[in-house]
Formats: sequence, structure tokens, C-alpha cells
Amino acid sequence: MSRLAWIPVGIVLLLLPLYLEAPWLKAGQYMMIGAVGAIGLTLLTGQAGQLSLAHGFFLLVGATSYTVLAGPKGDHLGLGLDPLISLVGAVAISALAGMAFAPVAGRVRGIYLGVASLSLVFLGLYLGQAAESLTGGTSTGRDPATFKLFGFPFSNEGDLVVAGVPIRGTERIWYLFLALLALAYWLARGAVRTRIGRAWRAVRDNEAAAAAMGVDVRRTKASVFAVSSAYAGLAGVMTVLWFDILKPDESEYGTYGVNTSIAFLAMVIIGGLGSVGGAVIGALVVFGLPQVLTLYSTDLGWFTGSVTPVLVSSFVYGAAIVLVVLFEPGGLAAVGPRVKHRIRELRS
Amino acid sequence: MTTFLQLMVNGLGKGAVFALLALGFVVIYKATEVVNFAHGSLVLFGGYLVLVTKDHIGWAAAAIIGILSAGLLALAVERLLLARSRHADPFSLALLTIGVDVIITEEIIRRLGVSVPFIGDAWDAKPIQLGGITLFRTHLVALLVATVLITAFFLASRYTNWGIAMRAQAENREAAALVGIRSSRVTASAWLLAGLLAGIAVLFIATQDFSGAGLSRGTHSIALAAFPAAILGGLDSTVGAIVGGVAVGLVDALSTYYVSFAFAKSAVFLVMLVVLVVRPAGLFGTRETTRV
Repeated sequence: MSRLAWIPVGIVLLLLPLYLEAPWLKAGQYMMIGAVGAIGLTLLTGQAGQLSLAHGFFLLVGATSYTVLAGPKGDHLGLGLDPLISLVGAVAISALAGMAFAPVAGRVRGIYLGVASLSLVFLGLYLGQAAESLTGGTSTGRDPATFKLFGFPFSNEGDLVVAGVPIRGTERIWYLFLALLALAYWLARGAVRTRIGRAWRAVRDNEAAAAAMGVDVRRTKASVFAVSSAYAGLAGVMTVLWFDILKPDESEYGTYGVNTSIAFLAMVIIGGLGSVGGAVIGALVVFGLPQVLTLYSTDLGWFTGSVTPVLVSSFVYGAAIVLVVLFEPGGLAAVGPRVKHRIRELRS
Repeated sequence: MTTFLQLMVNGLGKGAVFALLALGFVVIYKATEVVNFAHGSLVLFGGYLVLVTKDHIGWAAAAIIGILSAGLLALAVERLLLARSRHADPFSLALLTIGVDVIITEEIIRRLGVSVPFIGDAWDAKPIQLGGITLFRTHLVALLVATVLITAFFLASRYTNWGIAMRAQAENREAAALVGIRSSRVTASAWLLAGLLAGIAVLFIATQDFSGAGLSRGTHSIALAAFPAAILGGLDSTVGAIVGGVAVGLVDALSTYYVSFAFAKSAVFLVMLVVLVVRPAGLFGTRETTRV
């Protein structure tokens, strides 16, 4: 998209909280969580060619780190730090966790790496249950501290009215998430366009050739794992703020489980591997659909008994993965240019 | 000592089942270089068909239907989806199987609803007491069945035309095609075999003895542990699949008893991680070499 086209998009996104009801804003926030995580994964899997099924684990690392850093001293371990510092700290800890996994990524390739990374999800499942002083345990979970920016709380506290609309917790969190997503998007685009992105793609296409051209393969892999995990960690912080609770999973299918890792991979594939904009679109599909279907469920009348919005969304994104691989390996990101090309052909 | 002996028998029994699943993975991988992420859904599909037919036609006939339908589903996935995207690389095809897995698994879980049925009627929950140790019949039968099938597989791959064609294609796809081996037939038979093995495995997995839980999402995640089994041994080694399967079974049984049930799930994956760091291509896998 050209730079000018961003202005109306930005204005609409900024004005939405003045018009939309809270449930719709919650749905939008959830899509933004997905978008931040998916951008991280598309850099890792799409740009640098490292398959990862560990995204759910890094979400858990970020979520737990924020809760512990910002949490009050009490029954659970808490450092009582400023929420902003905690957020930055949680992202940094996630990046370090990603970097710690890099030695494995340096040795193991392709599908082997994908399955190796799956082990982190299982490690997270166990640690989440075992380390109750950090996570609060599976039965009760733990309340995260309210996010505050220089003392301004992102909750219902205090009166703030803009154009006759009260800006309460949900609206404030919307703006917070929007700012985080914009920052995440801008940094990722920057990385892709510059030397860093070229090194990632060189490693993806041919490690030996990349090394011959002077790219430090090992360091490049470590850096892309760190960056991707940092994004996942930020998505994890956003997840606890969204749920307003940190609750470790009881099985490997949960908020931070195998299914979440697969959902992020689905976003990245549907959007087009390596495309930052595509990752955002993929998140709108994979994380947006269950939310929107839930909001419309009473109107639609489809959902009776075992047919739930989550189930329908799973079918849609499962089928979307199959269709993308079969017919459009570039994902949705490649559809736009293709249509443009067709129109130009038809005109001439 | 008796406890340890009992754990070993349990571990070997579980290991035999993981070996069957891992063998399926490896056969598909050798024929096509595709890692089949949909293996868990094949397991669920076979189990589900046993469940819905066994009250009408008896358990034994239902078991055969379950095994065959898992095989046919695998064949259908290969023929209808993978064979049609011959230009896609194995990496994309592996991603495609993730999509297939999501659809089939979610539908079967929906159909099961809240029920968690056991389907190993012929051997489930009939333990045998033997000199102070309790042996679960499921584990013993699994061990026996797996031994017979695995022996048959190795004999077939060595002496039959099918086995030789399979090994030729695994060695060099183009050369095999040049000497007249039909690649599509070999690939299809590999998927069929993997599906049949998955259909057999589920008869042991969804039992009281094996997991204490019937057919459910948990069955799918147990099938997921066949991944570490296959990777541990080396994805392109059938011997590795057997060794990996047994190793996963033993690690599972020992860590469940000595640490905790919650830890056992991760233990299997952690062992795999350690092996991969030391030997990136698994214990018996071919090392990847790069030509510059």
C-alpha cells in the first residue's frame, strides 16, 4: 500500500472506539493480538525459512513474564515493577528465550526444526502447571496488573470523555493495542526492507551461499529467533491484558498450546509466507472469524449444539491452508498483485 | 524390582504402538519426503469408525472396518490433494497436511462430543497376574501384533517387488522412474500402509490400559508423540522408527511413574530435543550434506 493510503485506514482505526460497542472492540483487540504474533512468525518462517511450532510457548513466556514483573508482592512471586517497564522486560525475556533455542535451530533444519520446536510447547505446558508461584496454577490462574502508562490506567478508572463517548477500559486497551501493532508492523517492514531482511532471506534460500557472501548464518538464525519470540512475547502480554487473567493450560490444546501455534502458522500461510501485511490479513481471518461469528451467532442461528463458532473457524482456516498450498502458494498477499496484473492485461 | 519389570513391560507395549505409528511416518517420508502432520487425524478417524460400527456388527468386524477406513482416508488424502500439487515442495505439502489434520480432527471431536469411549474391547481391562506383576493384556497384544507386522514389513521390503520398488524410490526417485517403477503407485501404497498402521494403533491407544482415556482429543495428542519417535530414530530410517518408538514408550512409562503424569508428556519431547542436538538427523537417519 502506498503511504497515503495508510492515512484513511489510520483515521478509521482511531475513530472506531467512538462508534463500536465494547464486544466489537474486544473482537478487534483479539485480532490485533493475532496480528502481532503472526508478524513475528512470518519473519521467522517466511523470511528466514525456519519452521516453528513453538509460538504458543513464547506467548506463555511473555504472558508470565509480564504478570510476574508487574505483579504485586503477595502469594505469588511478583516484583511490582512499573507496567511499561514490565512490558518491555517481558518482551526482552521472550527474546532471550528465543535466543536460547537458537543453538538447536543452528543444528536442526526444516521439518526436524518444526518438530523440535514443538517440544517447547510441551515444556511450557509442564512448567506452566508446575511453577505455580509464577503462573498461579491451572485452577485459579493469576490476575495481571492493570497496564498503566506514566500513571494513566488502561482500565475503567477515572473519567475520560471524547466527543460525548466515555473512553473506558476497553477503548483505552484498543488504543494501546493499536499503537503496539503499528510499532510492530513498522519495525518488521523496516527489518524486511533492509540488510537484516536480506540476510534472513539469504539464509532461507541457501545457507552455504549466504555464508560465502559473508552472512554469519548462526548469528542470523539466532537474531531471527530472538525477534520472532519477542513478537510472540508481546502478543502474550497482550493476551493476558485481553483476558485479564493469566491461566496456564490444562492440556496441550489451550491458549498457549499446540493449536495456538498451528493457528499462528495458519495465519502466516494464509497471508503468504514472509509477507508482513499478509500476516495481518491472516490474523483477521484466523483470530477474527471465531470472534465475529460469536458476535453474530444469535442473528445467524447456525450454531446449535456442537457446531460452535470456533469449530466453523477451524474448518475455514484448515481449508484455507489446503487451498493456499494447492492454488496460491503466495497466499492472500499474492492475490492483490495478481488481480492488478490481470486488470492491466485486460485494459491493454 | 517387580515395579521396574512391570514398567518395562508397559513401556515396551506402549513402545510397540508408537513404533507402528512412527513406521507409518517414516514410510511416507521415505517415499515422498513429506512429513505427515495429519497422522493424528488418521488415528482418530479409524477409531471413530470402530466406535460407530461395533454395536451393530461386532467388535472384530468393526476393528477391520476401522483399520481399512483409516488406510483409505490416507490414500484419499494422497490421491486427491498431494498428488495434485506435484509442483509444491515437500515443505508446503507438510503444511497442507496440517490443514487436513485440523479439519478431520475437529469434525471427529465434534461428533464425539463429551463422550470418551474405549474401543479396545477384545483386550482392554483384562490384566493377567504373573508372579507378582500385573501385565496388561493390551500391552502384550500390542507387542505381539507390532512384532508380527514389523517383521512382515521388513521381509516385504526386502523380498517383494513392492518393497524393492519402495526402496528404489527412496534411494533415487528419478532413477527409479527411469527403470519403470511407477512413482505414483509407490507413493499411494506408502500412504495406504501408513493409514492402515494408524488404524491398528488406535485400537490399542484408546483403551483403559494404555492411556486410561478413550477416544478423544487426548488420542490425537498421544499420536503426536509418534513424532518424537520417528524423529528420534531418524525420519528416513525404518529401523530408527522402531527403536524410536520403543524409546518413546519406555521414557513415557518410566517418567510417568518416577516423576509425574504431567511431566511424561514433556519428557518424551525433551529426550528428542537432546538427541537432535547431539545427532541432528536422529539416531539412524542419513546425515544431510551440503555441496558448495
